[in-house]
Amino acid sequence: MTTRRQVLTQSAAILGAVSGGLILPANAQNAKIRVGLMLPYTGTFTQLGVACDNGFRMALEEKGNKLGGREIEYFKVDDESEPAKGVENANKLVQRDKVDVIIGTVHSGVQMGIHKVARETGVLSIIPNAGMHAATRALCAPNVFRTSFTNSQPTRALGKAMMDKGHKKAVWITWKYAAGDEAGEGFKEGYLAAGGTIVKELGLPFPNVEFQALLTEIASIKPDAVACFFSGGGASKFIRDYAAAGLAGKIPLYGSGFLTEGLLDDELAPSAQGIVTTLHYSTSLASKRNDAFRLAYAKMFKMQPDVYAVQGYDAGQLLLQGAAAVNGDLSNKKALYAAMENAVIDSPRGKWTMSKAHNPVQDIYLRVVKGKENVVLGVAAKALEDSGAGCKLG
Amino acid sequence: MDLANFLIQLLNSVQYGLLLFLLAAGLTLIFGIMGVVNLAHGSFYMLGAYLAYALTGSMGNLFVAIPVGAVLSLVIGWLLEKILFKHFYHRDHLDQVLLTFGLIYIFEELRSMLWGDDVHNVAIPASLDWSIKLTDTLSYPAYRLFLLGVCLLLAVGLWLLISRTKIGMKIRAGAFNSDMAQALGVNIVRLHALVFALGVALASLAGMLIAPLSSIYPNMGSQVLIMCFVVVVIGGIGSVRGALTAALLVGLVDIFGKVLVPQFASMLVYVLMALVLLYKPEGLFKQ
Repeated sequence: MTTRRQVLTQSAAILGAVSGGLILPANAQNAKIRVGLMLPYTGTFTQLGVACDNGFRMALEEKGNKLGGREIEYFKVDDESEPAKGVENANKLVQRDKVDVIIGTVHSGVQMGIHKVARETGVLSIIPNAGMHAATRALCAPNVFRTSFTNSQPTRALGKAMMDKGHKKAVWITWKYAAGDEAGEGFKEGYLAAGGTIVKELGLPFPNVEFQALLTEIASIKPDAVACFFSGGGASKFIRDYAAAGLAGKIPLYGSGFLTEGLLDDELAPSAQGIVTTLHYSTSLASKRNDAFRLAYAKMFKMQPDVYAVQGYDAGQLLLQGAAAVNGDLSNKKALYAAMENAVIDSPRGKWTMSKAHNPVQDIYLRVVKGKENVVLGVAAKALEDSGAGCKLG
Repeated sequence: MDLANFLIQLLNSVQYGLLLFLLAAGLTLIFGIMGVVNLAHGSFYMLGAYLAYALTGSMGNLFVAIPVGAVLSLVIGWLLEKILFKHFYHRDHLDQVLLTFGLIYIFEELRSMLWGDDVHNVAIPASLDWSIKLTDTLSYPAYRLFLLGVCLLLAVGLWLLISRTKIGMKIRAGAFNSDMAQALGVNIVRLHALVFALGVALASLAGMLIAPLSSIYPNMGSQVLIMCFVVVVIGGIGSVRGALTAALLVGLVDIFGKVLVPQFASMLVYVLMALVLLYKPEGLFKQ
């Protein structure tokens, strides 16, 4: 039999539970911010993933390991640079670990997976490397920010530098895959706008390194210069084959900075002398900010930083600024995104801002290989912005 | 394209074609004689490349690594035939495809356990790390000429073995009509093991020879496997002469395609295959 008193106490209990539930967000305010790191910790891109991870943690450590006053808890997933597992791994972080933000990743194919999850769930996503256009062009999203580059950004600055040297006819060569095509698009726009002519576009399937026939063709065309996009092991192979084919020193070689970035060791350097590249950073960039960053990084990790570490570091700086503006309440999305959009990042590469499509507006440096360094010759393009074509943000 | 450059591209084509031939010869023989569709053939190419990497690392010299690796590959091929493949000669093609498809994954996993998932490089031996000046802008790397020479030697050796020796006669007989050869007293069991081991060793040799010119990476066999099948199909299944002709043809089409019509390069070889199949459904050299 139900008495009036029982009804009352039960209702009170329910009310208590409900109001208890109501104060949950306030509890969450004091809980740790859950940061998901989805990066390659094994496989071809291990070094790049570790550098991004190091840079990111260093930025947060410098500010006492707190985001807007709240403690941080890290969740790590090794994405293995495996595009087939991209969605699954991103979902692991969002569904199982309930992270507030995903930092990742290096490989563009895997990024597509993260991007899909970010667009579906609305989780904050900061990209510390992958440069595929879609993320900040046709498929841009209010909750997705990039602290690196778009694939066409570095190569867009090449054209003017080449024309300044009087190289009016060029051959373009790259891997036939998304990143190569996008880099090619940037080169074409920049070079044609500067008045150059592309006499031939050559390509081979990724990650094929059988350059022989194409180098023979370049020798027969005898262009004023060659421009290319290659990275990692394939890049050093291309540089060595270019020299072995007798082209080095005869037909100047230009490229996106990834051609030489972090690859100039004793073995490769002799073949790479004089190669001119464009990139948004160089370890030899002379500035107080860069010197301080390099020193602190070397102290903390007992290794030298590279462009990937800088991009990870800036991902950390961006998140710090955003979180500070909302006092750690990452659920206040409108204010958070506005703060991140308007952020000015004091980066080792120089100050940069966010474009409306959430990609860095940054200086692109002109560098030449001298010894084992990418020596900075100057700024190839000031505050270069990606077109963001097809993005309806802002 | 002037004559000099045309000749150099021809050289590139022949070199690529001969390398393909080393791979396809084993595949076509194994199919022709044992009737086994060996999807794992590309894995033997990968095995060779990784052997070159590992053995050069431990022995310090590619010229030592290659013979040692070749012997190792022969042994591996022999064992695989004895333990696994011989039980599948009379099975359905679907069973064979499942077996060899599964083997691809097993080899990839073993490779991952032994050598990891990273991209590796093998240095060109110092004695061959120089170039010959051909035109004022182009030099030809000496290692490529060495590779061309070795491939030629192997191709001639294989041709002599098959057309001039008793074993070769048995192999040809086996490829033509396995049952009849057996009825006439050919020890077909031993012949099978021999041909299989030879096929594995040739594929592995191709992998070892290309290692200093290419990077070594996981799953590198799969790309090559498709090309191998194209060569075998064009040449006619079971025909070594067909494989040689087809390999050189594919080399020419691929290299000149890359240079002359780069935007269609990746499909030209398949167009060639389609054309051959249209007019000669059994391949150029039908058994």
